[in-house]
Amino acid sequence: MAMLSFERKYRIRGGTLIGGDLFDFWVGPFYVGFFGVTTLFFSVLGTALIVYGASLGPTWNIWQINIAPPDLKYGLALAPLKEGGLWQIITFCAVGAFSSWALREVEICRKLGIGYHVPFAFSVAIFAYVTLVVIRPLLMGAWGHGFPYGILSHLDWVSNTGYQYLHFHYNPAHMLAVSFFFTTTLALSLHGALILSSTNPGKGEVVKTPEHEDTFFRDTIGYSIGTLGIHRLGLFLALSAGFWSAVCIVISGPFWTRGWPEWWGWWLNLPVWR
Amino acid sequence: MKTISVLAGVVAAALLTVAMLVTSGWVRPPLETLQNGYRGTAMAQVHTRKGVAETREANVAPAAADPAEPGDELAGKTYENVQVLKDVTVNEFNRLMVSMTEWVSPQQGCTYCHNTENMADDSLYQKKVARRMLQMTQHINSTWKEKHVGGTGVTCFTCHRGQPVPANIWFTDPGPTRPGGFIARNNGQNLAAPSVGLSSLPYDTLTAYLADKDVDNNAIRVNATTALPTTKGKPIQDAEKTYGLMIHMSEALGVNCTYCHNTRAISNWSQSTPQRTTAWHGIRMVRDLNGNYLEPLLSTFPPNRLGALGDVPKVNCTTCHNGESKPLNGAHLVEAYPELTKPTETVSAAPPAVPTEAPASPPAPAPTPQ
Repeated sequence: MAMLSFERKYRIRGGTLIGGDLFDFWVGPFYVGFFGVTTLFFSVLGTALIVYGASLGPTWNIWQINIAPPDLKYGLALAPLKEGGLWQIITFCAVGAFSSWALREVEICRKLGIGYHVPFAFSVAIFAYVTLVVIRPLLMGAWGHGFPYGILSHLDWVSNTGYQYLHFHYNPAHMLAVSFFFTTTLALSLHGALILSSTNPGKGEVVKTPEHEDTFFRDTIGYSIGTLGIHRLGLFLALSAGFWSAVCIVISGPFWTRGWPEWWGWWLNLPVWR
Repeated sequence: MKTISVLAGVVAAALLTVAMLVTSGWVRPPLETLQNGYRGTAMAQVHTRKGVAETREANVAPAAADPAEPGDELAGKTYENVQVLKDVTVNEFNRLMVSMTEWVSPQQGCTYCHNTENMADDSLYQKKVARRMLQMTQHINSTWKEKHVGGTGVTCFTCHRGQPVPANIWFTDPGPTRPGGFIARNNGQNLAAPSVGLSSLPYDTLTAYLADKDVDNNAIRVNATTALPTTKGKPIQDAEKTYGLMIHMSEALGVNCTYCHNTRAISNWSQSTPQRTTAWHGIRMVRDLNGNYLEPLLSTFPPNRLGALGDVPKVNCTTCHNGESKPLNGAHLVEAYPELTKPTETVSAAPPAVPTEAPASPPAPAPTPQ
């Protein structure tokens, strides 16, 4: 088995969260681990159920396959398999697979002796998903408030859920989330452009050092956050985007049922200018 | 200095956060949700259980008066100057007058409309308005029964709720006064007006779409009907006006956009709910009432009853619905007052402009609910 020169150093046993040495081995370049097995179990089962759900539906058109959550009348109970029960099991599998993957990342971090930045970042994405299909439905009293699994159908859900609150752009947390998403892309484009230009010098020039990079940004915007700082900033921006996305949807319904424009009444009614 | 400004900033942010948390009206579960589309489409009405109970309580219909004693005497023969309710028996007539007093002017009593020295006297403007409103009620319950009001129907109470002037009337909104000249125009928007749910959308959208009975039937339609543009289409300002009107309708009925529309294709009738058909007729009904029953009263109302621009008080969806999809919790109050369910007479004096607009059917039948 081919192995990169440094890999031998990191292929150490131990550091697992659960089960000791059980599954503490590699298959080719891939670490297995207890959570690798559970990831595989949940993802294979969940995918198989999605395919089964698609086979029950009217189409194999990849865009139109739709596995919908149960009717609201089932509340928080289990629904018949073909009337949303599949969605419930698939959701369980998805949460299981995503969490297993995050925990596998934790184990790898422990083996490598690095920080938990990667599993933490992935956990924020999982948190946003769990907010959509578990936390918010629980608060609203029915699994049927989760989004359907389908490429187009989940977009229809997004559209209608937005219009449940008349004008979703007035949702303050949505505003924050959108701003963070855009700022993430701005920061990434600035950073990516900088790296590409400094590592692709013109003919006869040498690859530029971080000093050049810092100087470029000090000249253009008066400040350079630095080589390490840009990655911290990027992580903060991206995680904030995901976090506020979760907030913006969990407050829509459980904590606010009217049109979002009306929410701003508190601002209009501040004693300063009322 | 720096410390002070940082401290001031922190204090201001903390105060604003507290104000936002306390005064913006956050709610909390348990919720009461109503599904009105296929599962997973998120076509659902979302309310708190508490809010639903409060709305229900605030919209209780009064009990109908005891049935009138049978009789043969007709009001038109017995009383002078009876114009609308001529063919109603005297007992029915008096029962209705008592009910109207309870519905419209419980505090002011009969004298709100009548000169008690001579009940037939038309000197009070209120009496002339009331006569026209009786005709309007009959018109709504007959002409618009199938299309909009259904078995629920309307009585004076539907709008008046025990007040001589209904709470939810509206006038043309002239917007803020400004000196003109080089001051920037607001293009009729950005006022956070209650009529458009505090959004920045045009604040006088009701005048354009609900006050003009002759408005183009497609005025509200802004969605393109082809995938690619074939003409210049409608300006975005029209779309914003339509959006404003839709927000008014939603708030009036205590529902959201998905009560009528599957927003993946808002304009598509085959994907809309049956309620959209009712609402479509409702828009035409409101235009009919404003144009044919309220506008003609312009010279009857005293100036203090008119709006800033001298326009008559008008109805919109809120006037009857008051936050409910079916006014007064859907009570069939009108059934106890058969004289209000059909035109009993055509009046000679103050001839009504008989509404001629016969609303066409919507382009396609709405689908059955899922």
